[in-house]
Amino acid sequence: MLTDITIGQYVHGNSIVHILDPRIKIINTIILITSLFLIANFWGFAIFLGFNLFVIYISNLPLTKVLKGLKPILFLVLLTVILHIFMTRGGEVLFQWKFLRIESEGLYTGTFMASRILLLIMFTSLLTLTTSPLQLTDGIEYILKPLKRIGVPASEISMMMTIALRFIPTLMEEAEKIMKAQKARGADFESGNLIQRAKNLIPLLVPLFISAFRRADELALAMESRCYQGGKKRTRLHIMQIKRRDVIALIISIALAVVVSFY
Amino acid sequence: MLIELQNVTHIYDQEQSIKALDDIDLKIDEHEFIGIVGHTGSGKTTLVQMFNSLIKPTSGSIYVDGINTTEKKADLKHVRQTVGLVFQYPEHQLFEETIYDDVAFGPRNLKLGKEEVDKRVKVALDLVGLDFEEFKDRSPFNLSGGQQRRVAIAGVLAMRPRVLILDEPSAGLDPQGREKLKALLKRLHKSYNITIILISHRMEEITQLSSRVIVMDHGKIVLNGPPREVFSHKEKLEKLSLELPEITEILFRLRERGCDIRTDIFTVEEAVDEIIKVIGSQENVN
Repeated sequence: MLTDITIGQYVHGNSIVHILDPRIKIINTIILITSLFLIANFWGFAIFLGFNLFVIYISNLPLTKVLKGLKPILFLVLLTVILHIFMTRGGEVLFQWKFLRIESEGLYTGTFMASRILLLIMFTSLLTLTTSPLQLTDGIEYILKPLKRIGVPASEISMMMTIALRFIPTLMEEAEKIMKAQKARGADFESGNLIQRAKNLIPLLVPLFISAFRRADELALAMESRCYQGGKKRTRLHIMQIKRRDVIALIISIALAVVVSFY
Repeated sequence: MLIELQNVTHIYDQEQSIKALDDIDLKIDEHEFIGIVGHTGSGKTTLVQMFNSLIKPTSGSIYVDGINTTEKKADLKHVRQTVGLVFQYPEHQLFEETIYDDVAFGPRNLKLGKEEVDKRVKVALDLVGLDFEEFKDRSPFNLSGGQQRRVAIAGVLAMRPRVLILDEPSAGLDPQGREKLKALLKRLHKSYNITIILISHRMEEITQLSSRVIVMDHGKIVLNGPPREVFSHKEKLEKLSLELPEITEILFRLRERGCDIRTDIFTVEEAVDEIIKVIGSQENVN
């Protein structure tokens, strides 16, 4: 039921892609998805698709898992294609039926946009599939570090993200337990109209919030009693180090970006 | 037969096929007092959730009060009214603004009339030892932990279940609270004829209250019988890292040191009598 939802979509592994420095992976992803918008023809997409499949291969990810990640945006992609096909004008007329007309320009732009969106998702999910949530937050904190000068609380943000991620499964479990307990007292979460159902959630939500606040209180107390202070020269258990492979990875993505944007 | 399980297996992780319950056959009669013991992860909690159909088994069938709860159209409302379940730390499910409303949540879900709800809340609060007039309008969140737990138990009792299941009801209570709880369970069983199923780590509770003890391990029932019989399997219990009641342990140790003494005793009073008897007979020999 509730616990079926997995947090993030990290697939554990120790391939070369998995062990890359998270900061480099985030930066690479940003470079690649930015250059996706600079691509001017299908050759660029072909190169990116090939590169994407290559990375999936060397990171030992099941292809089905990556494809599954595309499912939620399938509707958006289809809508884009359909709108472009019927709305964009230009080029020769390929098909005409009453007021519906398809012109070559529309077909071209439609598929172009679709390829862009699909590759966008494929690259970002590559990041989340091979990087654990904890590594991701570590990486984000590091990248946000320069913003500290202008008052962005980078380490606090990353701490909050880490804690939130850590507590999602706990709260899920708690929610399921409370749900069962209320069901045992005859509560009904499945039937009734929308308003009735929303009302029926009160016996679940109130205890859930209370326990979340209680946990937050206890956690804050526990952290304070161990003298936690965000950002004050904290050392880490896993120190991120840029290795040769990270540099190579960075060079590859920059090279790819340059090639496709000027091609 | 109140509850009957036939070949019940429950797999909670399909991919790794971890069995929470492994081919369980069990019958529970009206007016039994059953104690369930087993270390963490042995399947106790999963088992009791089967009894009121909060979890459906992967295979096998379960009958509660003649209803096959594994069938799709089973009358779950009747099942959940028949079998009341008090979860671990039940005080975490309180949610209403007043104690009255919280205890009335169950009866109202049963669509009972106002008077009947009123009556049931009164009786339930009275049973758990909270004064109706004093407590009914107070917020459940301003009570002490022990009082909150009693309100939560009252909430289940107000459903008037014929079977009451309690999962570690004494966890986190002080000795006084535990004694009160024990007295409550005894009273419910004796005076109100409720069948009780108690999960506990405290062997003293189990042996002093239950008429039958079920020992679980790895989703299987390994021992099932009256306390005297179950706790005579000292080695087997130790292998499952379960303790004997302290007083029984003392008698076992005396026996190890060559004392000819009974070991199927669970209360201090009985143990005192037995020790005096043995010492007396030894003096006679000398």
